[in-house]
Amino acid sequence: MKDTYWKHLEHKADIGIQGVGPSPELAFAQAGIALMAVVCDPDSIERKTTRTVKCRGSDLEMLFYDFINELIYLISGEGFVYSHLEVQLDDHGLKAEIYGEPLESTRHSPAVEVKGASFSGLKVFPDHGGLFKAQCIVDV
Amino acid sequence: MSRYTPYKIAPYIYRLDAQGPMRVPALIFADEELMAQMEDDVFRQLSNVATLPGIVMGAMAMPDAHLGYGFPIGGVGAFDPRKGGVVSAGGVGFDIACGVRTILTGITEEKVAAQKKLLADLLYQNIPAGMGTKKGLKISDKEMDRMLSQGALWAVSKGFGEKSDLEKAEEGGTASGADPQAVSSRARQRLDREVGTLGSGNHYLEVQAVREIYDPEAAEAFGLRKGDAVISIHCGSRGLGHQVATEYIRLMVDESASQKIHLPDRDLACAPILSSTGQSYLGAMRAAINCALANRQILTHLARETFSGVFPDARMPLLYDVCHNTCREEKHSLNGRNTTLFVHRKGATRAFGPGQQDLPPAYRGVGQPVLVGGSMGTSSYILAGTSEGMRSSLGSACHGAGRVMSRKQAIKKYPGRQVIDRLQKMNIEIRGHSFKGLAEEAPETYKEVDRVVDVSHNSGLARRVARLKPLICIKG
Repeated sequence: MKDTYWKHLEHKADIGIQGVGPSPELAFAQAGIALMAVVCDPDSIERKTTRTVKCRGSDLEMLFYDFINELIYLISGEGFVYSHLEVQLDDHGLKAEIYGEPLESTRHSPAVEVKGASFSGLKVFPDHGGLFKAQCIVDV
Repeated sequence: MSRYTPYKIAPYIYRLDAQGPMRVPALIFADEELMAQMEDDVFRQLSNVATLPGIVMGAMAMPDAHLGYGFPIGGVGAFDPRKGGVVSAGGVGFDIACGVRTILTGITEEKVAAQKKLLADLLYQNIPAGMGTKKGLKISDKEMDRMLSQGALWAVSKGFGEKSDLEKAEEGGTASGADPQAVSSRARQRLDREVGTLGSGNHYLEVQAVREIYDPEAAEAFGLRKGDAVISIHCGSRGLGHQVATEYIRLMVDESASQKIHLPDRDLACAPILSSTGQSYLGAMRAAINCALANRQILTHLARETFSGVFPDARMPLLYDVCHNTCREEKHSLNGRNTTLFVHRKGATRAFGPGQQDLPPAYRGVGQPVLVGGSMGTSSYILAGTSEGMRSSLGSACHGAGRVMSRKQAIKKYPGRQVIDRLQKMNIEIRGHSFKGLAEEAPETYKEVDRVVDVSHNSGLARRVARLKPLICIKG
């Protein structure tokens, strides 16, 4: 069975993103793809360049919240879209390499802007099968 | 069984008594069906809002209320700074000063109908919209400071629109007390080439027909004539507002902890109004309000240029401009005393009654125009603020229809192509930037706006003046 994946969660007004993986790092990376998929199809994005995102802190949930907001800024502020992430976590915080390219509206056909992450549904936890899940609702 | 048991205290008004840490009751303006749609989500969020320091009167829900973050969408909460009252960045929301403005045209629906396709194509071409289009203005940092300080006044000084427009916007088109320095470079970067753009999601520009007049006196004061076409624009402060919200919510999470404010929900992160974080947020939020006002002013100019290109004899004064997501410093009569309050309206419209000084002289006799946007394809309404609403909801009313279905479900159920075909059958010309975006905004994903407006009218929050039917809809 596939143990590293992402999905969107139901929310009445907006949409939830969830990343799943054998480690928190992989769950965070998958959640990053789930976020990208709210805006456009990650398969339409080529890995041409990289960006680095860093967040400080030790609380895993707050780190996830900050990480998602950093990614939202990357997309909306810098017009950078991505299809692959490598996340490292240590005692001081998070560092992620993001692989993608500049947004081109004709090729990527973005549907909506994501405004920000919310604390609603924010959770980072291991499930019964030992897989990590990282999730929150984002405002669109 | 529900944990929450609101009970009826008057026709269309329900109350949830203060219990536990709630400092005030929750007040809900709704009928039975809207109460059922709100479910526990809204009541839980209202009871959380009711715990915040310095809240007065009640945590209120307008008839279109639905689940939000911290506050429900359609939530109103007023705070007294002298009682330790707080300001909450989450309570204002991400899309600061998202709002609606309506422009008269003086051209009949018949004439517009004859040119509908052409007009729709031209508007679609000339109104920058959609995500990541970067087709807006590029402005220097110095100009950005001016825009953030002056709002619509800045846009008019740059040639977008007329001075007379400024009389028809809240606070004369400029939110006072804005502090551009409290707006980060990231927030500014998020607005890069997005000044004067519609955005995406539920934002739109519509050409609408005045189909029904309910209150001839107010309609005359507003310049509304049955059978005429008007233009309505729904958009906000774009990425700048989203980033201001993101950064201050984060800051206020830490501030709430250091001020020992217990948060039942971190999305209610707040700071005392009189604290430096509170003041800094208010300065940044007002700058974002100015950004939204300038944005709608520029779009007004573009819409006028396009419309009068097709109809050279159009006369296009602004009817009014309302903001939905704000925290405003206002004077209200509370227990017989004139009190300065900071009123959060999240997905709610200010609806001042007759006689208020802030209203344009032409509207002072009838009350503030309340512009209520429908969902795509459904009616929009124009209401007027009432004296009764000044007392019962501190001059607040509904802002739209309110969502009932998730975006995920909408995409499954209503393919974008199908939505276009259906609207075309209803004689609505629709132009959108994304099929997925259109699916997410299908009319069925919202509450019935007619019911929301009926309840607003019957509960005395705002009275019905006119109903508008969409002819052309440009979606972001």
